[in-house]
Amino acid sequence: MTHKTIRVGGLTRVEGEGALLVRARDGRVTDLQLKIYEPPRFFEALLRGRAFTEPPDITARICGICPVAYQMSACQALESACGVTVEGALRDLRLLLYYGEWIESHALHIYLLHAPDFLGYPSGVAMAADHRPAVERGLALKKAGNELVAAVGGRAIHPVNVRLGGFYRAPADLTPLAGRLRQALRAALDTVEWVSGFDFPDVEHDYRFLALRHPAEYAILSGDVAVSDGTAFPVCDWPRHVVEEQVRHSTALHARLDGRPGYLTGPLARYALNAPLLSPLALRAAAEAGLGRVCRNPFRSIVVRAVEVVHACEEALRLIDRYVPPDEPAVPVAPRPGVGHGASEAPRGTLYHRYRIDERGLIAETDIVPPTAQNQARIEDDLRAVIEPRLGLPVARLTELCERAIRNHDPCISCSAHFLDLALRHD
Amino acid sequence: MSKLAVWKLASCDGCQLTLLDCEDELLSVAARVEIAYFLEASSARGKGPYDLSLVEGSITTPDDLERIGHIRRVSRHLVTIGACATAGGVQALRNLADVREFASVVYARPDYIKTLDRSTPVSAHVPVDFELRGCPIDKRQLLEVIGAFLAGRRPVVPAHSVCVECKARGNPCVLVAHGTPCLGPVTQAGCGALCPAFNRGCFGCFGPMESPNAAALNALLRAAGMDDDALQRVYRTFNVTSFGGSSDA
Repeated sequence: MTHKTIRVGGLTRVEGEGALLVRARDGRVTDLQLKIYEPPRFFEALLRGRAFTEPPDITARICGICPVAYQMSACQALESACGVTVEGALRDLRLLLYYGEWIESHALHIYLLHAPDFLGYPSGVAMAADHRPAVERGLALKKAGNELVAAVGGRAIHPVNVRLGGFYRAPADLTPLAGRLRQALRAALDTVEWVSGFDFPDVEHDYRFLALRHPAEYAILSGDVAVSDGTAFPVCDWPRHVVEEQVRHSTALHARLDGRPGYLTGPLARYALNAPLLSPLALRAAAEAGLGRVCRNPFRSIVVRAVEVVHACEEALRLIDRYVPPDEPAVPVAPRPGVGHGASEAPRGTLYHRYRIDERGLIAETDIVPPTAQNQARIEDDLRAVIEPRLGLPVARLTELCERAIRNHDPCISCSAHFLDLALRHD
Repeated sequence: MSKLAVWKLASCDGCQLTLLDCEDELLSVAARVEIAYFLEASSARGKGPYDLSLVEGSITTPDDLERIGHIRRVSRHLVTIGACATAGGVQALRNLADVREFASVVYARPDYIKTLDRSTPVSAHVPVDFELRGCPIDKRQLLEVIGAFLAGRRPVVPAHSVCVECKARGNPCVLVAHGTPCLGPVTQAGCGALCPAFNRGCFGCFGPMESPNAAALNALLRAAGMDDDALQRVYRTFNVTSFGGSSDA
């Protein structure tokens, strides 16, 4: 009987801090835990008693990488509780802000966190020594995304201009952004070509995908929830379908979808469920990159992210072109007691918020389900598939492969405070 | 070459991301300093000691309490970045409540939670060479701080209020002109008077300025329609340990 324990203490190039523990016996993985040691921050508790207008600013602080996602899911959940829908130019501005976040977050992941895995460097900065033009292109792309977020939201991290009903101030003119975005679009197309030439391990998983679906858009801001097995439901039914619970073998809380654990949200899911709604250039880039109709190779998620950046740039340009400033920067939102649900597509997957507002207009109850909490069980499945056939490899090599398998899903561990309880078990 | 380390405690990653958001400067910074330890950006783990450590996040767990001692020991200069590291962050709202009750709201098994009763700034536990404020920090100020420590001088970071930045920017005063409640008169500058430029009142991301006169401002805020609860909430958000008592001023 041979035992083997692999510990990766302090995962690198992911947002937030986590570790991995694997135990194996006789060629089988007996225990595998993706441990999250992010300290709990208790957002759902500290929001109680805050004004119903505050969650967009406060929940933004859950994640510095995707604050817009938190603001948009929060706004829509609270607006739905108050019976308000934001449409027209204000909705376009929200989309624009969100495309900016997709561009900056995806560019960060592609160039600084993920590409170094394929080219054999410890970091994007180290990679720049040999691939300077590529890294500079990535940084320029990231900057274009940040500039878009700052132009609409006020600043790149924790934007200040977002409020329930819309914005504090609507931009008068967006055309100055167009020049930089056209350059970004070219850089994004070059990015697809660059990453599609990487050497991808020949792996496919039978993923069950979950993403928002919108009738007219490659869903980012809103939509119904769609699952690759054909299930679909409105966001307000989320609590009936997605349940987070503890499993015996692991300290991690796993989301179950319709009674079964292990599903994937994020770029691969969005692409599988919504690809025909990508912008024309993004569709062409995906075809040229050989992505196929559905991509089940997690390593190729870098190509899907690049395609989504093309889509975000092209759509942002279209929105800028048709933009006419709204009469008012926000529609009024008056509090009323009740429950509201909201979901949007954070760069790394579906982000769900639910709030209950009381008679005084204060938050009585909050539930937040971040994408990484949903993906954790599936990431563990990916890891098991990587490890089991390679248990004979030296630990250092296996560790590297495991880290790569985790980075494929761009986990945002800071966001995952929600299920920390189980990862922080006392032995 | 000087060695830089970036550490994370309880936080959102936004302040350390600010370093990666210096798109125009990142590669030239990396040419002048060895980014020796930065888990979010690199799998390389260069050994200490480090000439400059940037620390993001507050102290909320027994492990992090130990870690900050280690970080101090391996760092020649230790600079805290952001509202979590300098003032406990939004998670310091637990300081005003019972943390076990907080845990039971979020977690099915609160007994699994290893956490301290309070979220505290790094300076409550170890000597800190400089505190850079903001939720998040400002990237120009971050570059100034890194440059200053590498050059062996004090960073030039103003301690005056947001009002000064508003005047410099030519913003109309949202409090006087529109009656919009604004913490600008008591909040430290650094953001460039961002919120007033967007017709919004400042909500205090950068924490209190040097010698703030909250009592004088509170009278104006009440006149602008804020009741005691709203006043308490606005001070008790991202800089709880430094701003938290200002509503009673």
